Amino acid sequence: MDGTLRVRIWKGGADGALRTFEVPHRANQTVLDVVTWVQRNRDPALAYRFACRVGMCGSCAMTVNGVPRWTCRTHVSRVVRGDALTIEPLRNLPVIKDLACDMTPFFEKWQAAHGRFVPTAGRTDPPVRMAPDSPHRRAVDAGIECINCAVCHAACDVVAWNPDYLGPAALNRAWTLHNDIRDGARAARLRAVAGDGGCTNCHSHQACMQVCPKALNPTAAIAGLKRAVAGAVLRGRL
Amino acid sequence: MRAAHLFLAQRISAIILAPLVLVHLGLIVYAMRGGLSAAEILARTQGSALWAAFYGLFVVAAAVHAAIGVRTMIAESFGWRGRMLDGLTLAVGLGLFGLGARAVAAVVL
Repeated sequence: MDGTLRVRIWKGGADGALRTFEVPHRANQTVLDVVTWVQRNRDPALAYRFACRVGMCGSCAMTVNGVPRWTCRTHVSRVVRGDALTIEPLRNLPVIKDLACDMTPFFEKWQAAHGRFVPTAGRTDPPVRMAPDSPHRRAVDAGIECINCAVCHAACDVVAWNPDYLGPAALNRAWTLHNDIRDGARAARLRAVAGDGGCTNCHSHQACMQVCPKALNPTAAIAGLKRAVAGAVLRGRL
Repeated sequence: MRAAHLFLAQRISAIILAPLVLVHLGLIVYAMRGGLSAAEILARTQGSALWAAFYGLFVVAAAVHAAIGVRTMIAESFGWRGRMLDGLTLAVGLGLFGLGARAVAAVVL
């Protein structure tokens, strides 16, 4: 494949601007390939983040033609409009420089939602038996493949409107742990996700589900948390 | 957990409102297509405990549901938080209840 892409890339911090580069269009070229080509051949100071290049680490997410995507697995041919590509940092996170965002608020919300496993057994205890087809295990399976790329966080309108909202990724994580029968902090976690910035803020727009590169459905996870919270309130546990 | 209680109150009020709204809309169509006059409508509603209970419940559910909905919209659109938001929620809820209760009283008393 020949030709030239006209690529507009965000340069600077929050008050930066788009700068246009001409990039050779190749077959099987990913958006991350384009950004890397620009850094190596046109703008060595261009800041961006990546690690694995194979869709595992979740570090290369950017906004491509207005939609948040994992750039290492996004082929240019799938998203290019004519010969134009616009690449910006993720929405809903502070911009450090160019295409690199500060992920601190994202992971702070992960912590605020008690997104860590709290074991109830020690290393000398026998492993807990959990049937693969049990409802709890299936609920965990549905959300466990999250790679923390923050694509859903960037796509979520409620995060944009309410900076305190924990967001789809943190709540999806909370839901997987809520269904983990080995976990010992489910009551505290449910209280954490039932608060002012919690799951009840979700409007079920499902943008998170639409953009998730791992095809997860955080909206369904949040709906599960809403049911759990409502049940806890009715039983007087919240 | 105030957010959780507000969430539940809005969901429960929605469940109550759904059938009431359908009956209300059906009633409007029936009254208008049947050509009932104001006097004929009032003759059916005045002194009726059934219509007082129906529209009384309607007004309470609508006041709760709308006040919490407006609260969310104001918080998300203008970033209001805390007491100012609580005050607005209460004012909208009481205002809607007052207007609704006045209307119900006018047709059933």
